[in-house]
Amino acid sequence: MDFNLSTASFISEKNFTPVDTEKVYDVVIVGGGPAGLTAAVYCMRKGVSTAIIVKSIGGQVAETSSVENYMGYRYINGVELVEKFREQVQQFSIAYDEGHEVETVEDSDIKKVMLADGRIVKGKTLIIASGKSWKKLGIPGEQRLTGKGVAYCTICDAPLFAGKKVVVVGGGNSGVEAAVDLAGVASEVVVIQLLGELTADKILQDKLMAFHNVSFIYSSSVKEVFGDDRVTGIMIEDVTTNEVSEVKTDGLFVEIGLDPNSGFVKDIVEMNKYGEIVVDCACRTSREGVFAAGDVTTVPFKQIIIAGGEGAKAALSACEYLMNKGG
Amino acid sequence: MPMFDSKIQQQLKDILKNMKDEVYIINFTQEIECPMCRETRQFAEEIGSLNDKLNVRVYNFVTDEEQTEKYKIDKIPAIVLLDKDEVDCGIRFYGLPGGYEINSFLGAIIELSGIRELLPDDVIKRIQGINRDVHIQVFVGLGCPHCPAAVSTAHRLAMESGRIKADMIDASNFVPLSQKYNVTGVPKIVINDKFELMGAHPMTTFLDVIDRLEEINLNLD
Repeated sequence: MDFNLSTASFISEKNFTPVDTEKVYDVVIVGGGPAGLTAAVYCMRKGVSTAIIVKSIGGQVAETSSVENYMGYRYINGVELVEKFREQVQQFSIAYDEGHEVETVEDSDIKKVMLADGRIVKGKTLIIASGKSWKKLGIPGEQRLTGKGVAYCTICDAPLFAGKKVVVVGGGNSGVEAAVDLAGVASEVVVIQLLGELTADKILQDKLMAFHNVSFIYSSSVKEVFGDDRVTGIMIEDVTTNEVSEVKTDGLFVEIGLDPNSGFVKDIVEMNKYGEIVVDCACRTSREGVFAAGDVTTVPFKQIIIAGGEGAKAALSACEYLMNKGG
Repeated sequence: MPMFDSKIQQQLKDILKNMKDEVYIINFTQEIECPMCRETRQFAEEIGSLNDKLNVRVYNFVTDEEQTEKYKIDKIPAIVLLDKDEVDCGIRFYGLPGGYEINSFLGAIIELSGIRELLPDDVIKRIQGINRDVHIQVFVGLGCPHCPAAVSTAHRLAMESGRIKADMIDASNFVPLSQKYNVTGVPKIVINDKFELMGAHPMTTFLDVIDRLEEINLNLD
């Protein structure tokens, strides 16, 4: 039996303070992944008043089983790394809010961050580090059957499909990784890939090919998910011939990549066609006083170490901006 | 072989040092133990040995009828947590709280020992207003990073209200029960057999659902 202990969450001397909605903070950070947490440490060390709004701490890192390319650790599991980040932030009495979603941002002289529960957090500057989340297929039946056979978190839900047949949509790294996890428990795994071949790293493909219960359908997209109170099958279309066919399945794991969590600032800052926030080399966005960092931005390559570095940069840019404004 | 290696043992000791008052860990197993029952008993006994404020009692599900009845245990392995006065606040763990769930287990122990973060006044008011029996079942997977949050919220509600009981249930260890509730994703939260929530939700969402029980006047069987 393994134990994934989160030691930092039990530290007794927590310095966090609740977010004060009366106050205007120097910096408000939205996001609690590597970019947001690094920005928090830099801001607190600079001595500017800072609030951080976190939906779920760690972001994608918390859902990653192993990290082998973050310097200082040859191997560390995602949750452990997040705990270390949190410990480092926790030494400061930063205003901290966890578990609530940001709905919109109103940009005037003061940036107003509107939370879904009605609270408004105010800042002179804003750092957006809200990351990315799993992309949905956007097809009929998907939303209705989420949690009823349609799944996005393989490490969470794979054990519930023991001895069953499952479909994985996506042939990139996350799709093939999911298929490997599932092949060990499910009776049969079908990987559906839009392109004519898998795009995952070779080392992952080799792992998957070692299983004998995995089959592949190429050049096809999923059009609909069927089932009343649970998934029973899907309809797929061959993108070259437009031929449609049905595949019976007990589960559908969607692993088609990530979407930036940028909807709440869609009318505020410039974005590219993927919804990523356009930033310059100092993490400045198209709006004065609004900075962005990490996976939610146009920064090339989405990596933990890059997001961390970008978070530091955004924090220092925000502090510089405050200083120049005399604020 | 011990369940916790020396590193985890030390980490657990450091966390349990924060306990304020005593807590009782009541474990239900049976004479011929299922593999998971044996591991869960070992888990309870080992964790209990790490701090003097923890008291472990192991009961036989079949022969200790009086206890089984008293705590209304209907499946094993089961763990009930009691506070220093041996008051049962309705906190249950069905299955071994291993993997990520160790965090919800420790969290419940620390909170039950008297170390709790304050809840906002309006939330406390809403909890105090609950005047019907509420049973929250949280189905989890031990490899699921966001499941402990759902379990901890449910258990905290149970601590705050005498009308609420909350179970953690390891979905893959109680397969027929998981099938009954159609669990194909975790965390899945079932409230009074009637309402379902998928995912980890804030406490206010739990309370919104409990309010709906009031609206439709639904009691537990």
